[in-house]
Amino acid sequence: MRRILIESLTHGSLTEPAPAPDEAALAELATKVDRAAKARLGRSLAIREVDAGSCNGCELEIHALSNAFYDIERFGLRFVASPRHADVLLVTGPVTKNMRQALERTYNATPDPKWVVAAGNCAIDGGIFRGSYACAGAVSETIPVDLHIKGCPPSPTDLLRGLLALLEHVGGKR
Amino acid sequence: MGILDGIPHVHAVSSHRPWPRALVTEAGWQVAIDRLVEGSLTLLGFWGEPTAVHMAMLEAGSAEIAVVTYACAAGTFPGVAGRHPPALRLERTIHDLFGLVPTAAADDLRPDLRPWLDHGAWGKSYPLSGSNAARHVQPYQFLPAEGEALHQVAVGPVHAGIIEPGHFRFTANGEHVVRLEQWLGYTHKGIEQLMQGADLEAAARLANRTSGDSAVAYAFAFARAAEVALDIEVPRRANYLRALMAELERLANHFGDIGAICNDASFALMHAQTGILRERTLRAADAAFGHRLMMDAVVPGGVARDIAPDGIPALRTLLAEIEKVFPRLIELYDNTASLQDRTVTTGIVKAEYARQFGAGGYVGRASGRNFDARRNLAYAPYDHLSFEVPVLEAGDVNARIWIRIREVEQSVGLIAQILDLMVPGEIRSTLPAGRGACEGLALTEAFRGDVLVWLRLDGELRVERCHLRDASWFQWPLLETAIEGNIIADFPLCNKSFNCSYSGADL
Repeated sequence: MRRILIESLTHGSLTEPAPAPDEAALAELATKVDRAAKARLGRSLAIREVDAGSCNGCELEIHALSNAFYDIERFGLRFVASPRHADVLLVTGPVTKNMRQALERTYNATPDPKWVVAAGNCAIDGGIFRGSYACAGAVSETIPVDLHIKGCPPSPTDLLRGLLALLEHVGGKR
Repeated sequence: MGILDGIPHVHAVSSHRPWPRALVTEAGWQVAIDRLVEGSLTLLGFWGEPTAVHMAMLEAGSAEIAVVTYACAAGTFPGVAGRHPPALRLERTIHDLFGLVPTAAADDLRPDLRPWLDHGAWGKSYPLSGSNAARHVQPYQFLPAEGEALHQVAVGPVHAGIIEPGHFRFTANGEHVVRLEQWLGYTHKGIEQLMQGADLEAAARLANRTSGDSAVAYAFAFARAAEVALDIEVPRRANYLRALMAELERLANHFGDIGAICNDASFALMHAQTGILRERTLRAADAAFGHRLMMDAVVPGGVARDIAPDGIPALRTLLAEIEKVFPRLIELYDNTASLQDRTVTTGIVKAEYARQFGAGGYVGRASGRNFDARRNLAYAPYDHLSFEVPVLEAGDVNARIWIRIREVEQSVGLIAQILDLMVPGEIRSTLPAGRGACEGLALTEAFRGDVLVWLRLDGELRVERCHLRDASWFQWPLLETAIEGNIIADFPLCNKSFNCSYSGADL
């Protein structure tokens, strides 16, 4: 164990420079973040991930955000275990009808101010599952959404771009 | 005809390939159940249609498979689960989707008709039945566990980690779990209905997204089911490329799992290290095939795109990196006593259950079930590749980790062989138009176990009915048995060592 730890310390960092925040995402957010929230949160956001019926592809890439290459925590973004500790809900999936109530309850359990990010094509409009008897479709039809991140699944870089855009706005750095 | 020789049947269906399917009466259906109960056959799949039910079965110790079909003239069929528990969730699903009712020979075998996928939220009952019959869905009743000082812990559907949704109801005595009952179905997307009437391309996209972590394995199984139904051959190069992707998918998932299991025992160092290997694997996959999870790359007839020119050096670099780093991580796992203390003897799956349930993947192989579709069914190109299938007997979390470790080594060997053997040539065969109605069955080995796809195509190459069965169907129930007597705090560890798919089993 000691050898691996020492080598990890001396080998330099794998962590890559941050991608530029997504311009389209910034535009989408421009009207949605108020001054009070910026003052209160600074540059730190707690994220609660909610799988609303995804195929688990999006979850794999959201997981990857925590690996050494993307290291999401360096931006003040971290995943939390309860909606009660969260500023942001990161929602994936075509909102299966079996998950709709749980999604609403999770949203209601999240304290204000809060933002909702819909990640992946399914969360945007139901994706390839749109029209199924078992899916409610777009996340925005169940709870208000502040930001959409495209992709099937969105790559960790796409996710990071979107979340950084959110952070820039909340932090009021632009 | 092997299996069907011993099962009285009316007639075999000629358009079903490659294994036989036969229509049986109640007598034949009961003989099939007898053979499942006695253990000479293993249940591979159990699915419905509006007026029929099908069971796919594997003969123990051989590569023989057969499907039996019972026509539900009165909307009923002789119940299977009452006598053979592995069929239970599948039987409840058949009732939820088609409204078909299992009947019992005796009162003590009364079928469990509690809803499984139907949570009363769809706005209709029996969505695949084609009828408008209404069902009165009552609040879900968990099975009782009685005794002094027992308490219940309800977990989910929204969990604490970044994982899929499902509900776990623990009954505990202090810290010790007396009973776990799972209630899933939260990610039910109606995939089998969306499949109906879809062309092969759209249906393959759905198959890719049945369980995103096994996109290649599902696409592979779906493509093979279509190809065998249409009786077409796939170019050799395409077969090699498919296996290349399948092994990359296995590597990425096993790296992720080994780290995540250790992380659930609070050993974050391993998680960080295997996370690097996983990311490197996904990047190599992206360089080679243009998508990190390689979705939509395997298609009926072959593969959608050839490996990129810089894909081969990217894969060779990846193999070199794994061969350099992974042995040290194995040593790290093996020499960390505090970690072994958590994994050894935790969450034991009895060999008897693994056999009875036909548990695939590392869950079965860590408990002595020596089955791997790549070897037992020897589908192309694995019939031309050399690899070993690791099997252990202990059945605990530790054994499930070791199976993954050994499989990583085998996958590295397979990728190296494929890179050496790969021949130039075509990557996709044209599909014949208007072959008439036909049926195909295929299994592939996903990282977590065998995926089964059964497909019926109409004359215009559209899907009439498609059933996809994830390995998780036969693994989830074993998690309920493995956690019994363990402490609740070890549940994440046990659960992660199974890493069952919610989406794959909820459909």
